[in-house]
Amino acid sequence: MKELLAAIPYARFLGVGIEPAEAGFQCILPFRPELIGNTMLPAIHGGVLGAFAELTALLGLIDETGIDRVPKPVSFTVDYLRTAGPRDTHARAEIFKLGRRIANVHVVGWQDDPQKPVVAGNGKFLF
Amino acid sequence: MATQKRYALDSLFGPADENIVSHTPHAQYLGIKAVETGPGFAVMKLPYRHELVGDPARGVVFGGVITTLIDQASGLAVACSLEELTAIATIDLRIDYLRAAEPGRDLYTRSECYKLTRNIAFVRASAWEHDIGDPFATCQATFMVGANNAGSPFSARFAKGAKQ
Repeated sequence: MKELLAAIPYARFLGVGIEPAEAGFQCILPFRPELIGNTMLPAIHGGVLGAFAELTALLGLIDETGIDRVPKPVSFTVDYLRTAGPRDTHARAEIFKLGRRIANVHVVGWQDDPQKPVVAGNGKFLF
Repeated sequence: MATQKRYALDSLFGPADENIVSHTPHAQYLGIKAVETGPGFAVMKLPYRHELVGDPARGVVFGGVITTLIDQASGLAVACSLEELTAIATIDLRIDYLRAAEPGRDLYTRSECYKLTRNIAFVRASAWEHDIGDPFATCQATFMVGANNAGSPFSARFAKGAKQ
């Protein structure tokens, strides 16, 4: 999984990492000032959270299926639940349904408390 | 006779100062530029960079990057629909990836706030690299209007623009 992450230029650009979790792994987005979208709050850019959620979904799907290419996204929906402050963000993916051609992947992202998610994502991927 | 709507940012409408995103660190980090603004809409551009690739085998920009470009343009489109500037926040956003964006090409998006209520702004957007009529992604999003007490980041920009 770490090799795959290193092979995706945008994952390196965002600085996304992998950390062990109870079931498999989860992703971490270490905070950097370049990720700020709103300096007045301050808050991480909504696009960054959406991209981080989509990346987490993709990695979760690759891990689950063992395929050796990047699945094509069909659609991705992001719900913004709370302001994401200038702190590290974590996310994990759950493969909700793995069909013959389409996978439905749910993602939840949080900062300090997993019970208080900042972002939720739902992606459909073609593989 | 319908009364003409006034817009808080109307002095900025037209070909955009591309540094209108200068108050957004991540937009600058990605290299997003504003192209044009008008009543309730904004056009933005993201120059192609290898660092933004999500599928190394195909050289295609990562989908989430397009989310950021569209989120940024949509926030500006909402600001361009307001009579009085206030803080806005994305509630949700759905992107449909119609096809892969062509590797090596600059990406464009146009976002339009097509309905504004007291609390919610409804936005749609599309993104293309050659022709606005042949988009590679479309998007539907909602924003909360008057989202917090922090004020609008555009206020400072607008005040600066007014002085010039």
